[in-house]
Amino acid sequence: MSNKIVLGYDDSEAAKSALAFAVSLAKAQGAELVIAHVLEWSPYSFLTPEEIEQRHKRREDELKRAEDALLAPVRKSLEDSGVTVSTELKYGHIAETLIDVIKESGASHLIIGRTGHSALSSRLFGSVAGSLAQAAPVPVTIVP
Amino acid sequence: MRKSIKAAALSAPLLLAATAPAMAQSVDERVNELFASSTGWFVNLIFSPFPGTSFPWIVAWLVIAATVFTIYFGLIQFRAFPHSIALVKGDYADPNDAGEVSHFQALATALSGTVGLGNIAGVAVAVGIGGPGATFWMILAGLMGMASKFTECTLGVKYRNEFADGHVSGGPMYYMTKGFAERGLPMGKFLAVMFSVFCILGALGGGNMFQANQAHAQISGVVGAYPGWITGVVFAAVVFAVIVGGLKSIARVTEKVVPFMGIMYVAAALVILGMNADKIGWAFGQIFEGAFTGLGIAGGMVGALIQGFKRAAFSNEAGVGSAAIAHSAVRTKEPITEGFVSLLEPFIDTVVICTMTALVIIITGQLIQDPNTGLYLLDEGASTIQTIDGNKGVALTSAAFSSAFGWFKYVLALAVILFAFSTMISWSYYGLKAWTFLFGEGQTTELVFKVIFCIFVVIGAAANLGPVIDFSDAAIFAMAVVNIIALYFLMPIVKKELNSYMSRLKSGEIKKYS
Repeated sequence: MSNKIVLGYDDSEAAKSALAFAVSLAKAQGAELVIAHVLEWSPYSFLTPEEIEQRHKRREDELKRAEDALLAPVRKSLEDSGVTVSTELKYGHIAETLIDVIKESGASHLIIGRTGHSALSSRLFGSVAGSLAQAAPVPVTIVP
Repeated sequence: MRKSIKAAALSAPLLLAATAPAMAQSVDERVNELFASSTGWFVNLIFSPFPGTSFPWIVAWLVIAATVFTIYFGLIQFRAFPHSIALVKGDYADPNDAGEVSHFQALATALSGTVGLGNIAGVAVAVGIGGPGATFWMILAGLMGMASKFTECTLGVKYRNEFADGHVSGGPMYYMTKGFAERGLPMGKFLAVMFSVFCILGALGGGNMFQANQAHAQISGVVGAYPGWITGVVFAAVVFAVIVGGLKSIARVTEKVVPFMGIMYVAAALVILGMNADKIGWAFGQIFEGAFTGLGIAGGMVGALIQGFKRAAFSNEAGVGSAAIAHSAVRTKEPITEGFVSLLEPFIDTVVICTMTALVIIITGQLIQDPNTGLYLLDEGASTIQTIDGNKGVALTSAAFSSAFGWFKYVLALAVILFAFSTMISWSYYGLKAWTFLFGEGQTTELVFKVIFCIFVVIGAAANLGPVIDFSDAAIFAMAVVNIIALYFLMPIVKKELNSYMSRLKSGEIKKYS
């Protein structure tokens, strides 16, 4: 069994708790931590001609912002933690893309934060945590 | 040409100043007169027939081009059709490129620029003048046009300009300059300037005035007659808010609603066809018979053919060059893939949607036939077919759909307004690209064009259908004159791209990701 843990990470409070939990678990198990951030994106949405023209530049900006504001600080904060950390930055459907990251890295555990959607909107649209709990190929820990 | 724009632009402040309803009617008439007299010569030049015949040379020009591309690329529109679908589905999309514009998005955006009044009003005009037989020629033109679109969109991507800040500008004016220079051909710059001038006129005509005009016809058909300039001012204000004010939310809502409107339109047409399933065979019979005999329409078979080809070209814009502008902003490693995707456009636009409109008009019996001879009865001017209630243009389509569902005219009115609006937004972009090619990129030059564009919305809504539709056609076909010359010279480059891509696809170098 591989010793990798994938953490689905964003700028929410729950994600920060999940990070703390994941780090302590990785330390205890001597596991590697893969921190993944997914930028929500559907190739089937509709764009105006101007949006299409600027999309390439926008994408680069978005990637840079996510890297600078989110992933780089996390890597820095974990430099001295003794845990091996790598980061993944991807576009796509959040749950599906996290599953792809699990498969690619061969991880054996997924940790995510529970985002605070209301019960109603979760019922209607489903939640990322909910769909991952059902669809992930590895055990999932949902941190409140 | 410059002069005509100036004359028309000068009349705009007059229009805006007119507020008293009593005055409005005379303002409409004046705009109309001025417009018809200042653009007549241009229309006559483009649509002049071959000496001694009634066949306009421009129609032959488009059809010959589409035939040449179809043969030169070995029936590419049928050969590459399955691969085009696979590309749009994203089968060949590299997951690492996620976040870039997908082929589906490029197609959807380009379609929302072409699917519109051409499919609703244009088809009604074609069938109203050319009879059911026009449908046959329209479908044929649509199928052939797929090869033209493939050629121009591949070149559009290949020769686009990428600016330092990451934004891209592309289109015929760029492949004319860069492609011609690469092949050591002269006149590239000249063609590019010509194309840009016509593109600006086309944007103001078919991409703007025709839309405003038919949107007004549709609204006044529902709420009752009122002066056109009122619709014009309202439309102009909304267009202004989007293209000058950067109100993206409106554009975004439109872009989202338009595809659903399109699907709903086709669904409604299918339901009506289903309700009249017993007549479908008869309708196709009329289409085929009319295609070769004209069934008594003015101009006979040639009349049906001209109308069919004209309206198909006006609706799917194949060979015109506008789609090359729309598709060129897409990121792709292989320019040819964008060509494959774009060939679906004339198929969806003309072969599917336009045919639906024509079938519904024919099947619901809007065109009056002589019960004894089966020939269509002409109206007094002997130029158009008599219809129930004398409807023409978008009103004819509306009457056809409403004969099945009384409430559909309200849905159609909404669809027309939204289609008109999304087409205007797309064409404002095409016009702007031509404008910045001529006058340089920059906020002030862009603003000048955008303001002119909004003024023409008002003029279009106030003028009569006749002169507006003539000028719109003429300007858009003038783009095709220049564009197709360039395509002939540059088509070997497309062939090279095609051969290289196809061999790599066969060898497995280009592979599916899903």
